[in-house]
Amino acid sequence: MSAKNEILGRIREALREPAPVPGHHGDHGKAQLHASAEFSQWLPAVGEDLASQLDLFAKNSADLKTEFHLLASREEFAPRLRELAQQNNWKRVATHSGALTDMAVPAIGLPTLKTDAGYEVNAMEQCDAGITECDALVAQTGSILITSRSAGGRALSVLPPHHVVLVTRAQMVPDLAAAYVVVREKHGDKFPSFISFITGPSRTGDIERILVLGAHGPKRLTVFCC
Amino acid sequence: MNTPVEQFREDATRVAADEQHRRLIQGALGKYYVARDRQVGRFQDWQSARQAAAETKWEAVNHLDQHLVSFAEKLEARGGKVFWANNSAEARDYILKICREKKARCIVKSKAMTAEEIHLNAALEKDGYEVVESDLGEYIVQLRKEAPYHFVFPAMHLSRGDIRELFDREIGNVKSDNPEDLTMVARRVLRKKYCEADIGISGANFAIAETGMISITENEGNARLTTSLPRVHIAVMGIEKVLPRLEDLALFLPMLGTAGAGQAITCYNSMIGGPRQPGECDGPEEFHVVLLDNHRTRLLADPEQRDALHCIRCGACLNVCPIFKNIGGHSYGTTYQGPIGSVITPHFRGLQDWKHLSNASSLCGACTSACPVKIDIHHHLLHNRRNAATQKPRWWEKLAYKIAAGVLNWPEFYAFATAVGRVMQKFHPLVKGSVLDPARAWTKTRELPQVAPQSFRDYWRARERKP
Amino acid sequence: MKITLFIPCFVNTCFPQAGISMVQIFERLGHTVDYREQVVCCGQPAFNSGYWDEARLVDERTLGLLADTDAVVSASGSCGAMLKVFYPQLFDGRPQADAARALAAKCFEFSDFLVTKLGVTDLGARFPGKVTFHDGCHGLRELGVKSQPRKLLEKVRDLELVEMKEAESCCGFGGTFAAKFPMISTAMGEVKCASALETGADFIVSNDSSCLMQIAGLLDRQGRKVRTLHIAEVLASR
Repeated sequence: MSAKNEILGRIREALREPAPVPGHHGDHGKAQLHASAEFSQWLPAVGEDLASQLDLFAKNSADLKTEFHLLASREEFAPRLRELAQQNNWKRVATHSGALTDMAVPAIGLPTLKTDAGYEVNAMEQCDAGITECDALVAQTGSILITSRSAGGRALSVLPPHHVVLVTRAQMVPDLAAAYVVVREKHGDKFPSFISFITGPSRTGDIERILVLGAHGPKRLTVFCC
Repeated sequence: MNTPVEQFREDATRVAADEQHRRLIQGALGKYYVARDRQVGRFQDWQSARQAAAETKWEAVNHLDQHLVSFAEKLEARGGKVFWANNSAEARDYILKICREKKARCIVKSKAMTAEEIHLNAALEKDGYEVVESDLGEYIVQLRKEAPYHFVFPAMHLSRGDIRELFDREIGNVKSDNPEDLTMVARRVLRKKYCEADIGISGANFAIAETGMISITENEGNARLTTSLPRVHIAVMGIEKVLPRLEDLALFLPMLGTAGAGQAITCYNSMIGGPRQPGECDGPEEFHVVLLDNHRTRLLADPEQRDALHCIRCGACLNVCPIFKNIGGHSYGTTYQGPIGSVITPHFRGLQDWKHLSNASSLCGACTSACPVKIDIHHHLLHNRRNAATQKPRWWEKLAYKIAAGVLNWPEFYAFATAVGRVMQKFHPLVKGSVLDPARAWTKTRELPQVAPQSFRDYWRARERKP
Repeated sequence: MKITLFIPCFVNTCFPQAGISMVQIFERLGHTVDYREQVVCCGQPAFNSGYWDEARLVDERTLGLLADTDAVVSASGSCGAMLKVFYPQLFDGRPQADAARALAAKCFEFSDFLVTKLGVTDLGARFPGKVTFHDGCHGLRELGVKSQPRKLLEKVRDLELVEMKEAESCCGFGGTFAAKFPMISTAMGEVKCASALETGADFIVSNDSSCLMQIAGLLDRQGRKVRTLHIAEVLASR
């Protein structure tokens, strides 16, 4: 018999006797799977309109040390990116093809690694910044939703020391449950192999619980939102 | 060789008296309490969220067979490989087989308690592979050749000075003990390893039955690098990690971040559903998930304590546990420390050998209140005590309680015994603290209360006699 | 109302003043107080050690002796929890199961009974001094007693209530645990005492004399002048 069948057999044998549901003090109450729409009444509150969600995202970003900039229009992506490159003395950057990146990244005028058709890991490691798009911004948590399809693969948003996200206001969603809706609407059940919520620059508290940014991933996270 | 209980007594007694340890842990956890309270305060209804999370895990664990089958089917359809391991040996052998087939040299690991549980590093190193822990805390304890102190904060017991000394000795030329500088030292060393490694090994915080994904929660980005760059990714997880639906994470990720580290959500929460898919530019060519039983089904077969399998390993119960804070993580001698470890270890490794962990508790219940999935942790310590005493009673303890019952059920004799005690305590100073002192366990560090000149019973009798 | 006191073994022998104060308080409120001297112990030591059969030897008797009461009020949160929470578990599936549930329903911790059941917070007490309150774990977490003692203490004239850091943290007593693992128990107690001392309070007050036995035992050994008192003693002061 295979280990799979042995394990499943033991599980089924074990489950013949029912277990009490937590929080019902021994009497066999019923457990239910709560619809994700219900979560929003328990989790931290989020306003319904875009303006309050942008405010909340900005406030969360400040707490998280995400550098969040609201731009007036998408024409501002290129100059703001160029400014950031100059301030930080970038030598080379990495990015992927996309409506927003294609418009803004060439304007920096630096050697650019594109990940779309594959790349050398060591070459990416040498880049000063990874510039990506994303699938959504999550107001409730200050998170950025990326997938391996929307953000130039798995590593582009984590390997270079500075991650820059280009995003539009229309991509704001209130909470994580709404972010999953975005993923499902885009991909049906053909999910990308990698989906991630990025919430602030990389961090650690492993030494005396003192916060240090840039543990292994980016030390800085900049979001330009138009 | 000490038995587990002897070792525990020795280590716990030593650490409990170590005031430097006490200060370090209080300092670290003090920061955690502030952050956690702030995050819990932001929830509109933390208690209802706990109840919903508990019910979701109940559903997952009580239909575990269906959820695991679904998880495996979905993942396999996307090119992932699922290996079912009855025990540690099977899991280790499978991983070693992959390493041999891939002719691996360097293996990079992100934090996985299941890998600790099956002693994976030792097995890999024995076969000549270089294994590097990439989580900063894990890297530190790996360099020290010791086990994680806490399953979420592995190096919480070390001061920055300890870590500077360690890095200076093992890496070289480290003069600053600033936490940021020390973190950057590790960053530089480990960057090279990510780029070189052939195989990445991770754990999993959740497995999504509906979509065949694993979810990994972390702060540093080391797990993302571990699961993105090497050609092969192997995830080792316990069978109890399932959640029914992808959307359940919308509840569990904030709860794990809040309870575990006082964060609204941790920095990176990544859902991985297979190896690199057609049209994707990076990611491993192979993705293996090892589903580990290793006696979890034994715990599952105990309906009274089945909810211990709801655990999401947030570590909240350790953080609030006064026992943990005073004896430290290493004293437990287990993979999973703290209250939840004391509950589950006897099921995994034998009740009689590990029952002392359930006895070493004041049953204060702080763990249960802190648990985001409402596991009845401290009552399960009582259940383990009962099961241990029923299975193999200690005759002298049983006899003592029988005699005590006899005395307590005979009030006149009990009153007489009280009167004797009142007289005897006059002579107690003669033996106090010595080996002849019957109350030595108490009087070594504490004063005994005095038997009152008039007991409440005497007071009541006197009062009733009055007209 | 006829109120039956549950006076645990250690209160009876070592801390009778807690029980005497309860009698005074209830009588001042105009209730009839009842005490059954045959009831001695809740059986917790055997129960907590895992010897449930031996615990039942005591508890069957206690259950019977308290059957015909209206309300049972415990001088200790811990023993109260034993009667209210653990008796139903101990007798689950046994002939006494109904009796255990019936007792649980009418059993209360002292401060909870005053505030929740009798609806009083001001007992006309006067107690000059700075007081910090220690939450006994069983009262706090098994019975949900947190605000009740504070509501009572806030109404006491001349009493200044100061909260200690981590008031909800265990004192390390834990019954037989204190003797089985004395050094862990002592370390926990030291942390508790340090928090209490930090407040500068003159009195450490609790709804559980067993916690106070641990705290006083350590403070006396350290030669501290801080006194420990059961909350009933404070509330009975005039």
